[in-house]
Amino acid sequence: MTLQGNPKTTGSETEGLSQRQIIFGRFLRHKAAMISSFGLIFIILFVFSAVGLNIGSRDNSISIPGWWRYSITDIDPAGAIASTCKGGVTGCPTLDLIPSFLDGDGVKIGDHPLGTDIIGTDYFALVMRGAQQSIMVMLIVGLLGVLIGTTVGAIAGYRGGIVDAVLMRLTDMFLVTPTIIIGALIGFRFGNLGVVPLALLLGFFAWMGLARFVRTEFLTLREREFVDAARVAGASDRRIIFKHILPNAVGVIIVSGTLLLSGAILAETALSFLGFGVKPPDVSLGLLISEYQDSFTIAPWLFWWPGALIVSIALCVNFIGDGLRDAFDPRQRRHISRKERMQAKKASEKST
Amino acid sequence: MMFVVVFGASFLAYNLQAYSSNPLSAFGESTALNRDYLIAKTIRDLQLDVPPPIRYFSWLRGIVAGLWGDFDMGLARSNIPVVEILSMAIPVTIKLVLAATILAIVFGISVGMITAIRQYSRFDYSITFVSFLLFSLPIFWVAVLLKEFMAIRFNDFLANPVISPTAILISSLAFGFVVAGFAGSKRRSFLAVLVGGTIFSGLILSYVSITSWFLEPSLGIFGITFLALISAAIVTLLISGLESKKGLRAGFGTAIAVALLYFPLQGLMTDDASFFNVVMVFLVTLSAGLIIGFIVSSFDRRVYMRVGFFTALLATFPIIVDRFMKEFGDYMISDAVNGRPVPTLGQANDLLSPEQLENFWISGLDTAIHLLLPTIALTLISFASYVRFSRGSLLEVLNMDFIRTARAKGLTERTVIVRHGMRNAMLPLTTILVNDFAGLLGGAIITEGVFAWKGMGQVFNDAIRQYDLNLFMGVFLISASLTVLANFVADLLYGVVDPRIRIRN
Repeated sequence: MTLQGNPKTTGSETEGLSQRQIIFGRFLRHKAAMISSFGLIFIILFVFSAVGLNIGSRDNSISIPGWWRYSITDIDPAGAIASTCKGGVTGCPTLDLIPSFLDGDGVKIGDHPLGTDIIGTDYFALVMRGAQQSIMVMLIVGLLGVLIGTTVGAIAGYRGGIVDAVLMRLTDMFLVTPTIIIGALIGFRFGNLGVVPLALLLGFFAWMGLARFVRTEFLTLREREFVDAARVAGASDRRIIFKHILPNAVGVIIVSGTLLLSGAILAETALSFLGFGVKPPDVSLGLLISEYQDSFTIAPWLFWWPGALIVSIALCVNFIGDGLRDAFDPRQRRHISRKERMQAKKASEKST
Repeated sequence: MMFVVVFGASFLAYNLQAYSSNPLSAFGESTALNRDYLIAKTIRDLQLDVPPPIRYFSWLRGIVAGLWGDFDMGLARSNIPVVEILSMAIPVTIKLVLAATILAIVFGISVGMITAIRQYSRFDYSITFVSFLLFSLPIFWVAVLLKEFMAIRFNDFLANPVISPTAILISSLAFGFVVAGFAGSKRRSFLAVLVGGTIFSGLILSYVSITSWFLEPSLGIFGITFLALISAAIVTLLISGLESKKGLRAGFGTAIAVALLYFPLQGLMTDDASFFNVVMVFLVTLSAGLIIGFIVSSFDRRVYMRVGFFTALLATFPIIVDRFMKEFGDYMISDAVNGRPVPTLGQANDLLSPEQLENFWISGLDTAIHLLLPTIALTLISFASYVRFSRGSLLEVLNMDFIRTARAKGLTERTVIVRHGMRNAMLPLTTILVNDFAGLLGGAIITEGVFAWKGMGQVFNDAIRQYDLNLFMGVFLISASLTVLANFVADLLYGVVDPRIRIRN
């Protein structure tokens, strides 16, 4: 009668929750994952609304303007000189978050909150544009990887036999090729086409791990009784795959999908850093870091901001992945902290 | 089957590279008078008139010829055989990544297992957060930060190595908190360890600051004894348990013996020493450990000899490190270094005099210092994944029924965790370990780039930028076959360490 007496732990179970509700509830309880979800959504909205969207080549591009007054093509040398700071370095950040009673300058955003680069391009615009490119690569690679991986894994696992053997050897062929090597090859050749084609090509080489997981999942699910039952009832292969097996394998797909996302953003920034990814005049976070790695001593802000953005995006994605994994894991039991245990004890003492 | 996979993958990679790159594009804007001749020559040299799928087989012929000892990877565009370039680059990469991998494995697995044992403790939560943070760090960013803070600022600091009292206070407090995190969740022990740890590290930092330790670093007999005693405690705890008197005698006896051997061993580590002398030092201390383990016990000798052996192994490393440290003072003021010892680039100091290079200790120290930053960067990054894997693996094992059985039949907690838990948790880790060793050669491309090491990464970079197909395929073949081989070895190894698994033929 210790924990059973607690309405918080038992009350919800009496209603009878669907699997989906249980999983969603578990995810909502994972604090780090919840904070990260909001963080990631905020970052994506902020980044995309700041400088607007600009896809395509120079002649026929879709462009939606953002709310920030500069773009990456605007050069403002006068502004850079205006925000010269101690030591005569031009283009210092005008952002000041320390309130006036501590520092004397007061909270202000200023004209160039993150400073400008050496020729006077607004750095906020550059960082936002770079983050946008990196996020787009991440999402496209992730989506494509999940699509191809799930398809290959599902077919191999469901069909088995010779189809499975052929598809898995094909997967191995892609798998033995280190991602960075193929990525560099693609990026060096196609990096100048723009970020979307680059991401699409990279996505073709990012599905192998996921395909293996999905295949294993399908191999076990295929042998289960409910699949046999469906087959006896005359369900078509398509129906069995989409209605019976896939919903049960969705946990594996989502969890390895998020891992794919965080891997993709780190891979894209690394490739751009090496010069094998997004090419100038366009920017990406990796490219910004690589360009300004030597100016750390004089202009550290050129180095800190892109890095901080990469880290926060990847961190958010990783935490969301962790929360999802816990939520989909049926063996997962919620940890009851000492405080809650004490409360439960007190409540049960009161009731008796 | 392995060969089929490598064959298919190399065919794909060859055609991908051949179709995606155009070696003639370099001549597009050329105004050289003999431009047409150069184009024709390039076409002839690289056999560009042969379609890539067919050209692949002429490359493959050289590889297959390796079966009868006539291995040929073709010529790079600089007319140097690819085999020659690779055989220069591979040792460099191995040197770069070996220490980092071993450190990451050792620290990652031990920290991961501690967090699993102390699940949901303050320590567990902080390590989980730190490992997620490290997981999300781009290695090139870490590398630039390290260059700034560990190299440039540290070198500045060495000009006047005095640590300010505030810095001492803050870092001691931080150290105290980290150590107290290990101590568990009881409030009193937490506070005691916090105060103790803070005072201890405060004293050490003040000593370091007052004596300008960084200019003439050494561990001294006290440092060596202290580290030896700690090694004895860890090894005894893991192998025989601290409640075993014979285990304690073997461990701490060995620790004291090794500390006493510190002075006579200096005779072995003279200025004209070589790697052989280091091996001799280890032989001496290890046999001392084995003998002590033999003496203190009358039965179950293997256990106590193992305690002595591993204590001696751990305790000898500080002695070797101390010997290298003794050269640091001279190394730092020498012309080649000029008071700024930690380099940001390169794999060795080119300016060292021949006498310095001949001295095993100085050249070793030089290599170690050049390895410092890349090793920290690589260790930080791969540390995180080992922590996560080993934590998850041990937690899974600890939830199994046989652990409950072991506890129920009254085994000590140490035996349950070390014998039943950790051993089984290591099984899935073998696969990851083997695969990681294979991924090393290809994996350090970014690190090599940032720190300007001329290893596989550099070769690969050149190959892509100069459209060097044969060179590219060389790098590719090495990393692909290593991956395939590692998978094979992992399967075999798994069968060896886990008797439940049978390998079908």
